[in-house]
Amino acid sequence: MTEEVFRPQVRFLSQQAVEQIIEESFELLEKVGLFIENEEALKLLEDAGQKMDRAKNRVFIERGLVEKCLKTCPPEIRLYDLKGSREYLVGRDEVHFDPGSAAIKILDSITLKEREAGTSDLVTLYKLVETLENLDFQSTALVSADVPKEMADIYRLYLGLLFSRKPFVTGIFRVESLKPMLDLLLAVRGGEKTLAERPLAIFDACPSPPLKWSRLTAQSLIDCSRLGVPSELIPMGLTGATSPVTLAGTLVQQLAESFGGLVICQLTRPGAPVIFGGSPAGFDMRKGTTPMGAPETMMIDCAFAQVAKHLNLPTHAYMGLSDSKLVDAQAGLETAMGATLAALAGINVVSGAGMLNFESTQSLEKLVIDNDICGQALRLVRGIALRERPLALHLFSELGQDFNFLVLAHTRKWYRQEHYFSSVLDRDVYDTWTALGRLDIFQRAGKEISRRLSLYQRPELCLEKSGEIRKIMKSYAASCGLEKLPEVPGLKE
Amino acid sequence: MKPEPNNHLQALSQAIVQGLVDEAGPLAEKALAAGLPPLQVIEQACVPAIEEVGRLWEAGDYFLPELIAGAEAMKAAMTVLQEALKSSGQSLKSAGRVVIGTVEGDIHDIGKNLVASMLRASGFEVIDLGADVKVERFVETAEREKADIIALSALLTTTMLNQKRVVELLVSLGLKDKFKVMVGGAPVTEKFAREIGADGYGESAVQAVSVARNLLAGRGGNHD
Repeated sequence: MTEEVFRPQVRFLSQQAVEQIIEESFELLEKVGLFIENEEALKLLEDAGQKMDRAKNRVFIERGLVEKCLKTCPPEIRLYDLKGSREYLVGRDEVHFDPGSAAIKILDSITLKEREAGTSDLVTLYKLVETLENLDFQSTALVSADVPKEMADIYRLYLGLLFSRKPFVTGIFRVESLKPMLDLLLAVRGGEKTLAERPLAIFDACPSPPLKWSRLTAQSLIDCSRLGVPSELIPMGLTGATSPVTLAGTLVQQLAESFGGLVICQLTRPGAPVIFGGSPAGFDMRKGTTPMGAPETMMIDCAFAQVAKHLNLPTHAYMGLSDSKLVDAQAGLETAMGATLAALAGINVVSGAGMLNFESTQSLEKLVIDNDICGQALRLVRGIALRERPLALHLFSELGQDFNFLVLAHTRKWYRQEHYFSSVLDRDVYDTWTALGRLDIFQRAGKEISRRLSLYQRPELCLEKSGEIRKIMKSYAASCGLEKLPEVPGLKE
Repeated sequence: MKPEPNNHLQALSQAIVQGLVDEAGPLAEKALAAGLPPLQVIEQACVPAIEEVGRLWEAGDYFLPELIAGAEAMKAAMTVLQEALKSSGQSLKSAGRVVIGTVEGDIHDIGKNLVASMLRASGFEVIDLGADVKVERFVETAEREKADIIALSALLTTTMLNQKRVVELLVSLGLKDKFKVMVGGAPVTEKFAREIGADGYGESAVQAVSVARNLLAGRGGNHD
């Protein structure tokens, strides 16, 4: 007998609203078009018979072409870990959390001030994330300030591959980095065929709102699609600033930008894996900032995933992060609301853990706390299972008069599956909590970081491949004017 | 029935405060048609109106859309009034000439556009170089246009260093005393502004106006 589980779900749009958004996006693409600043992408679209204004890099994309591309785009993607053995389904209502990516600062555990991150910070972060069981993926979450800016993007992935077993969410800052970054992945997988069959990393590509794909991002789409590396489309409209102020209006623009990305990928190679994601924000009209923890931001994210699911596409969102500058109550509130909604919306890749301050600061303590938040969100969507039939009736005859549930085999059989066990939330009685030093969650998280880091073991494959990927990194570093790579803790030359 | 002059001034003032961009120009024309001198309209309707917009912003009643609409309405009225001044052989003394732009490597221009609008609305002549502007271009333009102020915007912590490079270039060319430099943008702080040797820092577009005024207080512009 299979267990019956009702999956709780959240929806923000009626079916009619979903269709209206899709309809308007099609019209937007046909009438206003997209600005695409990439010669190769323009050529692909021209060859596909699309009308364009070459002088303005403006392309009017026909509905028929988008519909054709939607047919060739895979509804699910499978990512694989470093060894290529563990499989992660990106599609349906599967939810995978990963750290928010490309923070330029780290929140210092001692001074509680943000500072630039260096090689050893990145290594610590990667090791820690390896131990966080509710984060399925790594992301290139921090930018290292101890290497030239020209190699900051590839250097993150390089260090990540030296220490991680989990698949990566990453992306480029410069066109030049794309090839060596893909080379790193090819080196790990051992060839193009294996990399295409067992993708190890997702590449984020952000259109520039409104309605533009830059040279850099369009090239990322093309080169990744060619190799079968999944592209994650990250439109980032800001309501009332770079997209319409209404949430529904922003959804129309976000979908049109995504359709553009989808078309570029599918024209490059029909069947290329694409994830419909985003990092939109409800623009703050007072401060001029882009709050990721605002309810409107989360509503756009969930609704967009609903539209993408209607189109039968894998989904992503930047959720479960906070705009707070410290790991405080605001950080917990915003992160928990985002992670919970994302899980309930069935978003496949949810990027945000660890992140503070408008996607710009990572915190190790917050990563550990967010691991629990994500764990709880995942618990919610595992739902209430009807484990046995009858559900409970038989237990009462076993118990006799005592009603001691703790002794039942039924309890031992199910309690671990029924409950989520947190690692840093406080559930001690008051006296125990006092005896343990009256620690708050930030302090407990600090201790938990040390405990987890002491358990970390470097995957063997990282050791085997380290020579090869180091060679690629070194040669690229040299082209950026860096003769000697920074020392990597725990790595012999 | 002919409305009182005061009604004209009041209507225009209200239109600016309420950000009625399409009405401000025609209302300024009506005020002129009623025989009011352009300078009086500017001093008694426009200037108090834009000050009121700034006050409402500072008080937290106005948000960015109201602020920008107020500045745009002011601009529409001033276009009409300056034209009238010119044809009567007068001219409005500029509050100062500002070269503004978002620094190299940074394409974010929302904040910079706001500052430019508020400066224009407050009587400054603004030369807007747009976004992703090279260090040298700020200096060349300021020289050519005989600017009083160079205003540098940056949204990214990675690009705010280019604000510093502009100051350094001015120093190396011996031009540092010729122009006042003001900086702003989300990651920029007063402390950072001091450290890099900028002359002024504004936390908001409204503040930027008073900062610019203070910088030029007590000195004649380069181009009187």
